[in-house]
Amino acid sequence: MTTTTGTHPTRRLILQGAASVALIGLGNLPFVPARAAANDKYPEEAFKLKNEADAIKALYGRTAEPSDKIKLDAPEIAENGGVVPMSVTTTLDKVTSISFFVAENPNALAASYKLPEGTIPAVANRLKMAKTSNVTAIVEADGKLYSATKEVKVTVGGCGG
Amino acid sequence: MASSIRVRATSNGDITEVQTLIQHPMDTGLVKDPKGELIPAHYIQEVKFACNGKDVFVANWGTAISKDPYIKFSFRGAKKGDDLAISWTDNKGGSDQTTAKIA
Repeated sequence: MTTTTGTHPTRRLILQGAASVALIGLGNLPFVPARAAANDKYPEEAFKLKNEADAIKALYGRTAEPSDKIKLDAPEIAENGGVVPMSVTTTLDKVTSISFFVAENPNALAASYKLPEGTIPAVANRLKMAKTSNVTAIVEADGKLYSATKEVKVTVGGCGG
Repeated sequence: MASSIRVRATSNGDITEVQTLIQHPMDTGLVKDPKGELIPAHYIQEVKFACNGKDVFVANWGTAISKDPYIKFSFRGAKKGDDLAISWTDNKGGSDQTTAKIA
């Protein structure tokens, strides 16, 4: 564990990391095929992309529309960006997948969950956040994409572990 | 060695609620150790939950999942006493699995 004085180098590090990932992300972009979330393989490319919109596209192959039927539960302020509990529940029918994106993280896609038939469309997990950022939950239901977004303020950056 | 996976699966008759904690460093590859050397990325990529031979939940993870990951979800179609099989694999080829009885 780092001490309080150690947070500043960490923050710089995150920015450096973000910059290099941005370069890699741009380099890969034209070669990323549109793929359906139903694909069973681990979506390696989507996890490498820096930009949120690109990551959504790489994972689902299309864009999402906002929906008030999705409830994204995340704290207003996270004191420790290393562990930010959040959950998604939705009243949408035929949900096949739920994903979490953190726009300002080095890689926007944080987690993607596949929900076979019979699984309740609700999931809770804990994410790392590099800094204050919008968090987006994407829900794939009946072949369409829906999203909900919430800003989470981070007071101490997240990647220190 | 004790399993890295801790599970609690409880059924209320219709719906089974599953809470899981996995012990894993989830290193992002962006953090340096005290000597200034980059700690290589080491993170879980996939976690699978199967019940009665059928996948009930699959998680694909990047590096943004917190250390010692926690997940909670619920599903239908299982009853008390059924086995829930959980397995994970990480980016270095590491893996672990366990089976829990639904209570």
